[in-house]
Amino acid sequence: MTAVTDEILSFEEAMEKYDPVLGFEVHVELNTRTKMFSAAPNVFGDEPNTNVTPVCLGLPGVLPVVNKAAVEYSIKIGLALGCRIAPSCTFARKQYFYPDTPKNFQTSQYEDPIAFDGSIDIELEDGTVFTVEIERAHMEEDAGKLTHLGGATGRIQGADFSLVDYNRAGVPLVEIVTKPIVGAGSRAPELAKAYVAAIREIVKNLGVSDARMERGNVRCDANVSLMPKGSTTFGTRSETKNVNSLRSVERAVRFEIQRHAAVLESGAAVTQETRHWHEDTRTTTAGRPKSDADDYRYFPEPDLVPVVTSEEWIEELRAQLPEPPAERRKRLKDAWGYSDAEFRDVVNAGVMDSIEETIAAGATPAVARKWWMGEVSRRAKEAEVDPAELGVTPETIVELDSLISAGKINDKLARKVLEYVLAGEGTPSEVVDKHGMAVVSDDGALLEAIDAALAAQPEVAEKIRGGKLQAAGAIVGGVMKATRGQADAGRVRELIFERLGVQG
Amino acid sequence: MSEINREAVAHLAQLARIEMTAEELDKMAGELDVIVDSIKTVSEVAGDDVPATSHPIPLTNVFREDVPGQTLTNEQALSGAPDAEDGRFKVPAILDEE
Repeated sequence: MTAVTDEILSFEEAMEKYDPVLGFEVHVELNTRTKMFSAAPNVFGDEPNTNVTPVCLGLPGVLPVVNKAAVEYSIKIGLALGCRIAPSCTFARKQYFYPDTPKNFQTSQYEDPIAFDGSIDIELEDGTVFTVEIERAHMEEDAGKLTHLGGATGRIQGADFSLVDYNRAGVPLVEIVTKPIVGAGSRAPELAKAYVAAIREIVKNLGVSDARMERGNVRCDANVSLMPKGSTTFGTRSETKNVNSLRSVERAVRFEIQRHAAVLESGAAVTQETRHWHEDTRTTTAGRPKSDADDYRYFPEPDLVPVVTSEEWIEELRAQLPEPPAERRKRLKDAWGYSDAEFRDVVNAGVMDSIEETIAAGATPAVARKWWMGEVSRRAKEAEVDPAELGVTPETIVELDSLISAGKINDKLARKVLEYVLAGEGTPSEVVDKHGMAVVSDDGALLEAIDAALAAQPEVAEKIRGGKLQAAGAIVGGVMKATRGQADAGRVRELIFERLGVQG
Repeated sequence: MSEINREAVAHLAQLARIEMTAEELDKMAGELDVIVDSIKTVSEVAGDDVPATSHPIPLTNVFREDVPGQTLTNEQALSGAPDAEDGRFKVPAILDEE
């Protein structure tokens, strides 16, 4: 197959002429201890084909048994997505011939998913909220992992053979399917990213998945189609498979919108097909046509009996749900008294949890925000890590702040103290003692330095006496220099005015 | 009554990646058609008031606790494989799917 470079329209022009319709299938790998239908450990990164049982390998005569925890995790996901939980549901065999599933079918759910008819509100970075309707969330199992060798550099085209590791085969999955999402307009790529981010956040918050996209714990298939402006008839869709980072989801949706628009503008029809996303070129290429792939010949799984959910069981699980992330954000924002913009910055910087912990450790919301959004974020940016990963503890912030409040150090020194703390030199108090960093609060020592500075700059002293109070900055500077920054600038100022007999 | 014709069998064989000769297709189409017709007689007995039944025994919620159990060793897992490499099953590449 030769690579075809697709024509694309500019995003702006595409948006002038068309309305995008989105749909997502997000696969979430559950972090149960064992697999969906066998007692094999569900562990990432072990030696190939060691976390397998005869059930995982589809050996003759084996019988699957449902993991109760996986069912409970699935129900929790359904509840968190505002879904109804099926009173009774069954498993089905989805037949396809491919070596990633040794049974030649994937055990999934078809007509009766465990959860259905939900909705979640998705907030974009600027605060705009879109409601995304959830069609269903069903239970299934993951497939094995294929490595294509030979041919051209391991890419599937031209590969001679494949190596298969079934450690992942049978890991519990929940597939979350949205209803068509209409009306996002030019915000569609952003919404795509925010939706997947919200799903990731929800399952992580529930504790039912490690939710690490780089490990494939959360994988997104993105459906895109276009309607001419003013039309309400959906166009033909493409399904871009396995877009596995938030940034890629946004880019892939944007690219597909531009590609569809170019196809439609040329007068041609969009082909219903799967597309593969390529992060390196930021484009998609055609996969298989969809019609063949849909010939899955589902039928009820005879080896598994129905799952029946009682009202009591559902309510017991509902009672275990943690506070939803969106509600938690609202509660914290109100409690901390931040403005919309301040709070959004905090969320986008990924320091909300750190600030919450710092406030719990005794800091005021303003102080916690000042440190996490200021010096800690600045250092994190320098080190190219997330602020939360820098190693700054809430206790360090609280201690730095109390040292400042007590007048022992000033802001500038505090930043230096933090540097030593991060270098592993101890607590802030220990660092201050060790390096003799306390501000000079002894008025006698300060006056000495002030007198020296005044003597060195008599013309400035004269100006201040004459009422030009802002000239005092030069003297303060001299004192700070003489005390190597360890003076309280405010106190120095007061003392200068006192010395010169002017009203500050 | 020809529910299962030659084309249907050829299509199913292709989906299952089973190679079949022309004679086999003809023979299988006839045999499967007889089987389907035979089973259809059930529909004459079961009216609209009888729900489709996939699980005849009234059993629900057969669960396993989430506790790891015995696994196969890598050698055991690969012992039945026609070909293996690097601790993994080695299979012919199947193109145009991913």
